[in-house]
This record gives sequence, structure tokens and C-alpha cells, in this order.
Amino acid sequence: MGPQTDDRVLGGRPFSTLHFGLDDVDGVDPRQRLVVVGNGMAGARVVEEVLERGGGEQFAITVFGEEPHGNYNRIMLSHVLAGEEHEDDIVLNSHDWYADNGVTLRAGVRIDRIDTHAKLVHAADGTTAPYDQLVIATGSRSFIPPMSGLHTHDEQLLPGVFGFRTIDDTRAMLAAAATHRRAVVVGGGLLGLEAARALQGHGLHVEVVHAGTHLMNQQLDADGGAILRRSVESLGIAVYLATRTTEVVGPDRVRGVVLADGRTIDADLLVIAAGIRPVTEVALMSGLEVERGIVVDDQLRTDDPDVYAVGECAQHRGELYGLVAPVWEQARVLADLLTGTDPTAEYHGSRTATKLKVAGVDVATMGVNRPERDTDEFLVISEPRRGVHLSVVIRDDQLIGATLLGDTRKVAFLTQAFDRGTPLPEERIRLLVDLSDGAEEVGVAELPGESQVCNCNGVSKQAICDTVAGGCSSLSGVMDATRAGKGCGSCKSLVKQIVEWAADGDVLEDPTASWYVPGIPLAKPALTEAIRTQRLRSVSAVFAELAPGGQEDAKSKMGLTSLLRMIWGSEFEQENDAKFINDRVHANIQRDGTFSVVPQMKGGVTTPAQLRKIADVADKYEVPMVKVTGGQRIDLLGVRKEDLPAMWDDLGMPSGYAYGKSMRTVKTCVGSDFCRFGLDDSTQLGIDLETRFQGIESPAKIKMAVVGCPRNCAEAYVKDVGVVAVGSGKWEVYVGGAAGATVRKGDLLATVGSAAEVIELTGRFLQYYRENANWLERTYDFVPRVGLEKVKQVLLEDSEGIVLHLDEGIQRSIDAYTDPWGQDGRTPATPGQFSTALPLVELPKVPVR
Amino acid sequence: MSLTATSTTAAHVVGRVEDVPLGEGRAFVAGGTPVAVFRLRDGSLHATQAACPHAGGPLADGQTDVNVLVCPLHLYTYRWTDGSSPSGVTGVRVYPVHERDGALVVEVC
Repeated sequence: MGPQTDDRVLGGRPFSTLHFGLDDVDGVDPRQRLVVVGNGMAGARVVEEVLERGGGEQFAITVFGEEPHGNYNRIMLSHVLAGEEHEDDIVLNSHDWYADNGVTLRAGVRIDRIDTHAKLVHAADGTTAPYDQLVIATGSRSFIPPMSGLHTHDEQLLPGVFGFRTIDDTRAMLAAAATHRRAVVVGGGLLGLEAARALQGHGLHVEVVHAGTHLMNQQLDADGGAILRRSVESLGIAVYLATRTTEVVGPDRVRGVVLADGRTIDADLLVIAAGIRPVTEVALMSGLEVERGIVVDDQLRTDDPDVYAVGECAQHRGELYGLVAPVWEQARVLADLLTGTDPTAEYHGSRTATKLKVAGVDVATMGVNRPERDTDEFLVISEPRRGVHLSVVIRDDQLIGATLLGDTRKVAFLTQAFDRGTPLPEERIRLLVDLSDGAEEVGVAELPGESQVCNCNGVSKQAICDTVAGGCSSLSGVMDATRAGKGCGSCKSLVKQIVEWAADGDVLEDPTASWYVPGIPLAKPALTEAIRTQRLRSVSAVFAELAPGGQEDAKSKMGLTSLLRMIWGSEFEQENDAKFINDRVHANIQRDGTFSVVPQMKGGVTTPAQLRKIADVADKYEVPMVKVTGGQRIDLLGVRKEDLPAMWDDLGMPSGYAYGKSMRTVKTCVGSDFCRFGLDDSTQLGIDLETRFQGIESPAKIKMAVVGCPRNCAEAYVKDVGVVAVGSGKWEVYVGGAAGATVRKGDLLATVGSAAEVIELTGRFLQYYRENANWLERTYDFVPRVGLEKVKQVLLEDSEGIVLHLDEGIQRSIDAYTDPWGQDGRTPATPGQFSTALPLVELPKVPVR
Repeated sequence: MSLTATSTTAAHVVGRVEDVPLGEGRAFVAGGTPVAVFRLRDGSLHATQAACPHAGGPLADGQTDVNVLVCPLHLYTYRWTDGSSPSGVTGVRVYPVHERDGALVVEVC
């Protein structure tokens, strides 16, 4: 090895202090003896997990470690080598930690052999230690490929040759980097590339020799590897592929290497990072079953019932794991078993996902990196010029693998989908890129902290990250705490991404996310079923029967009112307190506590008589503002609550539903009556649609439009339901469009041959949406979530045999419709329904125009 | 601590219990102070300031449950217990309110 410039014990004590563990007192300790062989990340983790389960009472624990140090984070060694971290900062468990927890640490003592009959471990220093339960966690060591001239006469590595596995290796390399100029790294995997980049940072000229045909061949496919090579080479690191190093030029110290093809590379420093091999000698010497690693069963037991193995040295179901996450899982299972916390705990293997930075390039991989069956879906996006290569493998609608190189913005979502099998977007490309709907989207990682995420409530990315850092790691928790995403809701997916990013994928699964309303722990299908079978016809009855403890929840009331109204139609038992104020007074509340009044104006068509009436009413009630709306109606704004019933009376027009989570309006163009381009009578069809579906409540508002030609003057392409005349009596029906905070062109559901068919299909779609959408989920989210193909199959081919049921459902609601203005105007539903809530003593603050 | 700390609370009859429908809220003026009075479905009475401290929303038009009041404008919530907000914003003032012979009595200081 290289010159040892530092022999300080990492995580050691500044001064030697005597420590008497309980087990020093012979025959007194009634506890079982747990011996752990190996003080790396796996062994120490097992001890931590055992202690966490109260195992300190059950076991006298002794840990043997070959290195003299405490337990340190081996993953961070490349950061230490790069000078980004101080070695003290990578200590996980110092010597003091062991002492403080009553654990005997025998650091610097190698175990040679286990006598499984006598239940004794034999250490290299000649001592022995008895055990009742034994854990082998010997980890792995650098694989040194055969090459001539590597060793000196006394079997030591030639001066200038280094492995890269321990803190001592790292210290030696750091010392050498200061005095050497040219380095060759053998191995183009993760560790080799990290070493190369770190050494280059110390000013060395670095070349990488890799036996594989592409870099990081464990994780990347050939195309990804090729792109990584370009990125690495652009850093000034030369790469030699598909060749081995056959000879080290010496003889006194490293002077260069010779490759298999005869080329020679000058070098005064040689790093060997050609992979790792499990350390299995102890197990072999002790007669335990060893294949590539120490063979263990699902309880991490070797073929001796009292000997377990965990971590990189263990072979479970044929797999060796070199990542930390599986090791953590194994440690938890083993601790459950040893302490009896869960005597049936089993380890079933891990789905490994990893995210790292290799030579300055972001890489994230999980699962497989290429399709394995003919039916696997495989999507690749390759941008060699930018150094970006992204791919996903999907089997049976589940993500089974993903590789992200050069751009890991989507890693949080993909990790969740991979780990938990969360549903995938129908458009698979959205797994890999954010398809922007107009504005350029920035990855959450790059978003500056001060940038505002929720514009409605003024919440910055930093505020969200701080909340997560403060221990809140569920989406709903963060939303409650910051109010982010609680305004118009259009930023909710961004908030979700930031929470996932800030929690580094460790997001608490939010059980409430699947509930229809927050106060009833049921998803929509189960909730609907329960309401039907238990015949719950009022919101208070739903709370009494279905809420935990029968407790009502203010924020669930509006959604339940809407759902019950849909389910029961005219049999619904109204309760005014369960309605949002808009639905109580059939008008839209404004910022100063006044209301807006929008009379129905079907299809945007009005008459001089109607306009006169509106003008008279506006005069009579001193309406501060009269405005034409985006929905082709007339809005009377700033109306006092107590004036509402009299105004409706004077207007004598039905409500335009400009306030509810319901069908709002149908915009039309002038169609064929007057327009010289119009292909069909869009105006009449719009009026007919509005007449049929007026006021139908739904999970979120519904806007429609009908246009007489594809010029789209009434914006039918961006409506929840948009109808476009295409000539010869044919109409296109689009669904899922939007032109609000989200802009989305609707998907073509069908082209039909008559206005009657448009109305029928619209009714089916509305009912399907009403029965299946989440509360406040607009059609522009609903249609992509369900998938256009599915919607088509259900509505057009009746694949689920429910079309008749949908037709009946929508008809029931249509039959139950009554104009609310005619209903509540004369006799209030509750005392003081229209009494003012504000202003009481102050005057309105909104300026009158 | 000082004489000014002695209570200047005054009880005001603002209306009849049945003026506030079960589960809803209504606004009143108690001795010059606008208040919102709520009668929950469990029969309990609560009173708060009438205008939301966030943006002046009419709290009497809000929705309620046994724990909180929700302002209708921006859905900020306030606890009955002390008027504090789980949303972390400035809380509302809560006033003692009780029924006396069918009359609603609000104590405003």
C-alpha cells in the first residue's frame, strides 16, 4: 500500500479510557450473547436495530471489526477523496457510541474462524469469544483482477497501487494525489468513475481502463453507457473500453500499465476499482454454505440455525446486494427476529433503486434497464448532445425499471411508482418528461427556493421544503401547514413533486389521498356503495354512520352534498349547513361578502326584452358592476345578500349556475344561421345541451361549448365537453379540455352523425365522470387519469355493460332539477338564509365603478 | 396587575337561539362589535369576530364542525377552543356565548 500518513482511529476516542462492560463480570450477566462479526454499515446497523427494539436488555452484544475505526459511511468515501467531506463527518457510530450503548467493540480484531459446535469465534489475535447468536457482516473487498507485476516480492501491492474500499485506502490515495501526476483507474463502474473524478479534482491527469464494452455496465445499457462516456471524456478523462490491464510497469513503484492490446499508458498512480467480492473466508473456514456469498434463507439464517449473515457478504435467493437500502431492510428483519419483536419476519429481497452523481453526471437507476419479455413496454429518450439518456421498462402497467442519466428530475415520481406500484400516466412519455402545456416547466430541483409555487396563497418552494424538513412528510400535511395548493389547486402536482423531492422520495403514504372527502375514510366507490346500501340520504346521516366516531368534518360537507344529490336525485334530504355559502344562497360570494348574480342565458343567446329587464334590475338594486362573462352571460356584481330573492323575482329568469360545482354554461358561436362559414346549427345544439344538463351537480364545474366549424370561435376544443360541427350533419365530441390555470386541448371522444347523438353521448360522459371522478377533479385530470381509450371503450363499446345505467343516472338527475331561484326565493330554506353576514357596520371596500 | 386589567366585559342579547339555524352561523352586532354566532348540530354555541382576519371574509357564512370554523373566502380554518388557526395564520377572537331563556347572550369585552 501507499505511504500511511495518518493512522488516527476514525471515530475513536481522543484519549484511552477504560470501559468495563457488563459481560466483563463472569457469570453474572444473564443475557444471551450476541456476537457480530464485521463492523461495517451492515453489522453496525443490525446492532442499532436490535438496540432500538430493546435488545440491550436481552443481549450482551460484542462487535468485531477488522478495521480499527468506528463505523463510518463507506458510501461517502468518494466524497472524502474528492475533498468535499471531512473524514470526521462520515462517522456513523464512534467508539463512544458503542460504549454509551453497552456494546463491546473489538475494533482492529479480525475473526478467522467460527466453531459452530462449541459456539465460539476465534480471533486472529488468539482470543476467543462465545456466542449464543452470531451475525456475520463481513461485507466485501476490492476485486483485484490478475495482472503481472502488481505485487512486490513480499506479496504487497506495488507502491502507487491502491484499492478503494476503506478509509485507509482513501487516506493513502489522498496523500499520494498530492505528489503524483498521472493516474490510471482500472474499472469504469460507479466506484472507478468516482475515484477518477476525485483524483482529477486534485490536479491529476486521469485515464480509465474498463473491461466492459460500456461504462457502468451494471446499471446502464450500451446507449446510456456511450452517452456517459461522452460526458466523462468532456471532463478531460480518457476512457479505454473493452480492454484489460494485463501488466503493471514497475519494478520499484508504478510507472505505467500495459493493456491487452499492447498499448502502454504512463502512470505513477494506479487505482483498482474493478468491482467488489464478498468476504466469505470466515464462513468457508467454518463450514457454512457459501456460493458467491454466504447463503441465507428468508430469515437471513445460514445453514447453521444460530448463525446469520447480512449485507454484501450474504447471498439471498441468489442475489448479492451492494446497495445500502437492501442492507437496511435486512437489518430490520434480522433485528425483528433476534429480539422476538416479530418472530415471523422475513426478507423477500429488495427492489433496488439508486440515485447518485457519477463524475459530475446525475444517474438514477432502479430495477431492470432493458425489456425482458416481448410484452414489456420500453420507452427511451436519448439526447446524446445534452448527455441525457432516459428509459423506463413497464410490465403489466407497473414500472419495473428506469434509468435516468444526465437528468434525474423525474426520479421522485419514478421511485414511488417503482416501490409502491402507484398508477402510471396513460401517456408513458410523462414518466420521463414534463410535457409542458404552454409555459416552460422547470424541474423542482432547479427551482430557486424563493420562487413562488402556490400563487393563490403565496407559498414559496423554500416554505414547503422547510415544512418537510420540520418533520412533515405527507402531501396533505404540508398542504395543511402551508396552504400550498389550497387555492385554485392548479399547483397541487407541483407541490407534490416538491414534497417528494424535499423528502428525497421518503414521502409518507397519505391514506387520505384516496378518500373522496377528508372526513370519511372511504374511496369513492366504497363510499357510494355504503351510501346506497345503508340508504344514507343526508350529510348528517353519512357522518353519523360512516365517519370515525360519527364526527362531522367541515371540509367534507360540500363534497358529500354533491355526491348525495347525484346518488339520490329528488330523494336527497337537503341540509343547508352542509352546503357551501354559494349553494345556500345560489350566488357566488365575492371578496367583500357581496354576491354576483348571473341569470341563465342559454347558449349565450339573449333578447332585447331580457336585456331591458336586466338593466332595470341593475338600476333598481344599484348594482355596482355589470359585466359580460367569459361564459357568454351577464354578471351583476356586488349584490347584497339580502337583495338576492327580490332580484330574482324581478328578473324572472332562472339561475345560470355561475357558482356551483355543476354544469355552468354552454357557449356557442352563431353557427349556420348567420355565419357564412358555419357548417351546422351550433347555437341550437348549445341551447339544447344547456336545457338538458342545466344545473347538474358534479365533482367539479363543467363548462361546455358548441361551435359550427373548426374555427372554434366559442373555444370548444378547450372545454370539459366541446362539440365541433364538421359538416354533413356530423359532430366531433371532445372531452377533457381546459383553458384555465391548466390549458389542455380536449381529446376527441367520437364523431357522431346527429345532434341527438351528441346529447346522448354527452349525458353518458357526464354521468361516467360524475360517478368516477374524485371530488374537485376536473375532466382535464379525469380523462387522462382514466385514459381516453378506457373512456371510449366504456362509453362507445359498452365494455363494462354500464351504458344503460349511465343513461338512467343522468336522467334521474335531470328529472330532479328545479331552478333554485324559483325554489328559495319566496320561502327561505332556513331562518335568515339571506340575512347579511357582512358588512354589518362597515361599508363595502370594493370601489364602485 | 393593574386596574385596567379588570374586566370590562359586557353581556349583550343579540337575538333568539332559533335565529341561528342548526349547523349554521349568523352575524349580529353585540354592543357595537360585529360578531358571528354559530349553533352546531350538537347544540353547542360559539361566537367569533364577524370578519375573517385574513381578508375580511364573512365568517358567519362559513362552514363548521365540532372543531373548526372555515372561512368561505379562502377556506382558512379557526379552532373553536381558542380561535387559533391550524393553517398557521393569525387567529380569530372568540367570545363567550350562551343561551338564557331562549335568548343568545354574547359577552364582548
